Amino acid sequence: MTFQEILQRLAVEFSSEVIVDANTEARDPWIEVAPAHVETVGRFLKSDPSLRFDSLCDLTGVDYFEPDAKLAGKFPYEPHLEVVYHLQSIQFKHRLTMKARLPRWKDDVEGQLPEIPTVSKVWAIADWHEREAFDLMGIRFIGHPNLVRILCVEDWVGHPLRKDYAFPLEYHGVRGR
Amino acid sequence: MTTQLQDPRVIEFDVRTDEMLVNMGPQHPSTHGVLRLLLRTDGEVVHEVTPHIGYLHRCAEKIGENLAGPQWIPYTDRMDYLAAMNMNLGAALAFEKLIGMEVPEKAMVVRLIVSELGRIASHLVAMGAYGLDLGSFSPFLYAFREREIVLDLFEEVCGARLTCSYFTIGGATHDFPKLIQIPDGLAALTGIQPGTTMSWLEVTSILMDWIEKRIEEYHILLTHNAIFIQRTAGLGVLSAEMAIDYGCTGPVLRGSGVDFDLRRDGEPIYTRMYEGYQYNVVVAPFTGMKKIPPEVQVGDNWSRFFVRMVEVLESIELVRQGIAKYPTAAGEHRIPYKMTAKLPVDEAYLETEAPRGQMGFYLVGDGQAEPLRARAKSSCFCNLSVTGPLCEGVLIADVPAIVGSLDIVMGEIDR
Repeated sequence: MTFQEILQRLAVEFSSEVIVDANTEARDPWIEVAPAHVETVGRFLKSDPSLRFDSLCDLTGVDYFEPDAKLAGKFPYEPHLEVVYHLQSIQFKHRLTMKARLPRWKDDVEGQLPEIPTVSKVWAIADWHEREAFDLMGIRFIGHPNLVRILCVEDWVGHPLRKDYAFPLEYHGVRGR
Repeated sequence: MTTQLQDPRVIEFDVRTDEMLVNMGPQHPSTHGVLRLLLRTDGEVVHEVTPHIGYLHRCAEKIGENLAGPQWIPYTDRMDYLAAMNMNLGAALAFEKLIGMEVPEKAMVVRLIVSELGRIASHLVAMGAYGLDLGSFSPFLYAFREREIVLDLFEEVCGARLTCSYFTIGGATHDFPKLIQIPDGLAALTGIQPGTTMSWLEVTSILMDWIEKRIEEYHILLTHNAIFIQRTAGLGVLSAEMAIDYGCTGPVLRGSGVDFDLRRDGEPIYTRMYEGYQYNVVVAPFTGMKKIPPEVQVGDNWSRFFVRMVEVLESIELVRQGIAKYPTAAGEHRIPYKMTAKLPVDEAYLETEAPRGQMGFYLVGDGQAEPLRARAKSSCFCNLSVTGPLCEGVLIADVPAIVGSLDIVMGEIDR
């Protein structure tokens, strides 16, 4: 199926409150889903007989933020966080990029991690990918069975892939920089 | 206190079998690097396996956000260090997709030949190391003998053996050398006079003939060895549904009977490299192939192992076809790309078929030369995630057999 056909199929099923936006011009055309509905949409994308997105290639977060005030004026994006789902259908061999837009901090309170429902009940692999996104990007996946750090050690502070992450000066007596 | 045989506590003490937590790794030789498996065992039976990863985390993605594309390529070498060429290819293609670049035909042929050589070298290690996991030492030595010559060829072409950084945005850094001395190892094996000079492609072609004949010997040594079959066939059976659900890719997915290979089913920017080539996608059950042991089930350790063995033969065929195509291929081996060139305000995700599975690179550009986000999705990461459910209820001795059959490289998992 082409992206347009996928989009039409989704438009029949979901309102514009669920599928918030779509970009057909991008190199990888994407749809944007309201964060509260990612699990519902994900389940539909996986189970619909004409779509069958049974394989979650990648789930990751992107921090759209420029920490340098001098460069922030030229930065082409609004500061926000995105969770990106790259889907693929083994049967039909088509691909889809699904996004969900989150604030950088929950309720704009710095340190409060933004929240989004987990899709680990839809695709089993999302379990580990979400742990990684939590670990490195600081996104809380609501309903995740075991949301603990996966690459960094348990007592690591902060989420390293955030653009405003400050590298620790020391860790258990080991100099950081 | 005197205890009598009738005392219930004594009897309970005598027969009680407690669950025990056993740490396998992170320095266990059969965990392929620094992987720690936490086993909950009841006697010899494993009830639960929890992989703990991250010991080799080197912040490759954070580094990628601070470097231009060509500068990040060397870091991809160090992800899957057993298939550095294929990792370079994935990263270079993802950047090319983002900036909308198309490489000339010659660059594509160069990439095809070298990345398939990388696949052969990687699968040879997988084969040898799996034998090692199961206590058979000699296949490992033979595998490394052949791999050594492939690495000699890499050295002739780019100067490095392990961390090649050969493919770059726009093609490959160098063309194939015109005349080289035949590697001493290959000269010794084939009886050719040491020091003989010939073209790089001729040496490659001699090596392909040599490895092709050796695969038969590996089958005698390992694949059809009665002990090997007992340790692998019918064990660690991964169903197709579970493989897809857990994001397994590459030989693990095809070993479970799913006919999916990105070289054929991928995105056009990648598949056009393979247009006009004849090759088969190797999928379990291996219908039409001779001497498949009757104990073998689709999705077991043996199937995953055998997919790799047959893929070596397919790659040899691809290399030969590439060698035939090379002299007539149009264009240059590389089109220039400036390190300071700005990336577009767009994003691209591309997966390629690396030896261990689908390696994905996701790049977000923000108008700077450095990407805003450089994400490397590891295939081994997904393949390893299936260890937990796969190892439930097996014997401790079978855990290395199952983990080994997934053929993981920790450098790629931890990045």
